[in-house]
Amino acid sequence: MSSANLQAIYVLWLRQMKRFLRSKSRLIANIVQPLFFLAIFGFGFSSFRFMDNLEYIDFLAPGMITMSVVFSSIFAGVSVIWDRQFGFLKEVLVAPISRLAIVIGQTLGGSTLAIIQGFIVLIIAIFLGVDINLAGILPALIFMILISFFAVSLGLVIASRLEDFHAFQLIMNLLIMPLIFLSGAFFPIQSVPDWMKTIMLLNPLTYAVDGLRGFLIGIFAIPVYINFIVAISLSLSLLLIGAIAFSKCEV
Amino acid sequence: MYVIDAKNLTKVFDHETLAVDNISVKVKKGEIFGFLGPNGAGKTTTIRMLSTLLKPTKGWASVCGYDVVKEPGKVRRCIGIVFQDPALDEQLTGKENLDFHARIYGLSRNSRDKRIIEVLELVGLEDRANELVKNYSGGMRRRLEIARGLMHYPDVLFLDEPTLGLDVQTRRAIWDYILKLNKDEGITIFLTTHYMEEAEKLSDRVAIIDNGKIMVLDKPSNLRSLVGSDVLTVGCGNCAKLESELKKEDWVEKIIHHDNLLEVYVKRGEGRIPALFKVAEKINEDIGFINLRKPSLEDIYLHFTGKTIREESANTSERMKIMMGGRRKR
Repeated sequence: MSSANLQAIYVLWLRQMKRFLRSKSRLIANIVQPLFFLAIFGFGFSSFRFMDNLEYIDFLAPGMITMSVVFSSIFAGVSVIWDRQFGFLKEVLVAPISRLAIVIGQTLGGSTLAIIQGFIVLIIAIFLGVDINLAGILPALIFMILISFFAVSLGLVIASRLEDFHAFQLIMNLLIMPLIFLSGAFFPIQSVPDWMKTIMLLNPLTYAVDGLRGFLIGIFAIPVYINFIVAISLSLSLLLIGAIAFSKCEV
Repeated sequence: MYVIDAKNLTKVFDHETLAVDNISVKVKKGEIFGFLGPNGAGKTTTIRMLSTLLKPTKGWASVCGYDVVKEPGKVRRCIGIVFQDPALDEQLTGKENLDFHARIYGLSRNSRDKRIIEVLELVGLEDRANELVKNYSGGMRRRLEIARGLMHYPDVLFLDEPTLGLDVQTRRAIWDYILKLNKDEGITIFLTTHYMEEAEKLSDRVAIIDNGKIMVLDKPSNLRSLVGSDVLTVGCGNCAKLESELKKEDWVEKIIHHDNLLEVYVKRGEGRIPALFKVAEKINEDIGFINLRKPSLEDIYLHFTGKTIREESANTSERMKIMMGGRRKR
């Protein structure tokens, strides 16, 4: 990759950092929402015990980190629609850089933001008394990166097909919410009926949530290598699909 | 060698909408070339093809000597564009927008900083450089976009409706910047507009385009003489006598007599005013006033397309429709 393209990747990344830091409402929304979920559901279900006397809030925390990473990543991918509507996408597409560099820059920027937010939720969880395995944070980070690559690319694919934000709301409700609900973020996959288990095993996020929970809380429902293989192959293939979808988009 | 050379350029959307129909244009180095036509005439589509954002359906074009289809990277490096719709990041400052541009065009650190200051001075935005673009006025945004288009020392600058929607004062200021950078930096400028005055004031040559076709292409002054004569409107007391006297002169083409004024049709009107006075003196006729009117591009437009250019206000909603329609197609 040429130095101009590397420079482009860097500045696309930098732009997202600057925009994020200047958008206070986005920062607050991204912290408050998982905090609400974690505190309300976590304490609300505090009398329930899961698998080996696990507290619900401990079970829930990795799921909320995943949710926060997924939302923030998808948003970063889909924000390309905004750039298209406000015209800025033209400025990027007419530049003498490769489309792949644009996709990589956008993905790295979105992932960085998503991981920062994932870590904010992690810290909130620790403050709420969740028993986090500190040694598992580094491998959990790898899973967070894979989740965010997957979700930013998914966002880019959606953005390359969508015309405006009304349709985005629909996608969020019909695609992303079920993906989150059926990922084992809120309840353990072991305790659901077989038909639901099948659906959950087809959901890529299930493996991400399970991997994250395994490293942070110490409970795997699926062997860790399967989690890892699924997460890495899906995130890389979606990155590729995102790059292809984006390279065809004209302004 | 031409900076822009297009031959039989054609664009068909969705196999049915003929947006640009067989356009051939050659633009010389250092020239300001104006593309004049109503909205929906195919101006923006032409710019998109020349700037490699759209592939032509038929025909061929080179910009800076590079083929727009085969060497899009080289073309992009040598052109600057100011799009019709704003293309700035409002959450960044003016300076950050320029820095972003400089980096994606691969300028080195030193030339980046130096150039940012230069272009900001050129458009008079150096005092507001560190403010967020969302706080800029429409005119400032336009100036920033022109500055940005110049960042990477392009050989050609494409300006798509550079003063659309701006007030008269700002429009004049932007014209001055455009003329200045053409003169000082020697940049070839390809501009589209549906304002007669703009095309006339800025362009060395004008192509009038309608329904995707070039109707006529020439210098504004030549276009004028194609259409016809200048009109001298003369205020007079005894108009009938003056009229009969003027009719004897061979330089007078036609006279129309209104109550107490005459419309005298002549070629090169400014040169005929003294002669007209001499005729009046001979018969002791006092002349109240003389008004010289040259045919404007508006008249020329009317002449070649058989209709007047529609007003801007009536067009905003139409432009939206065209934009939206264009979006859906993609």
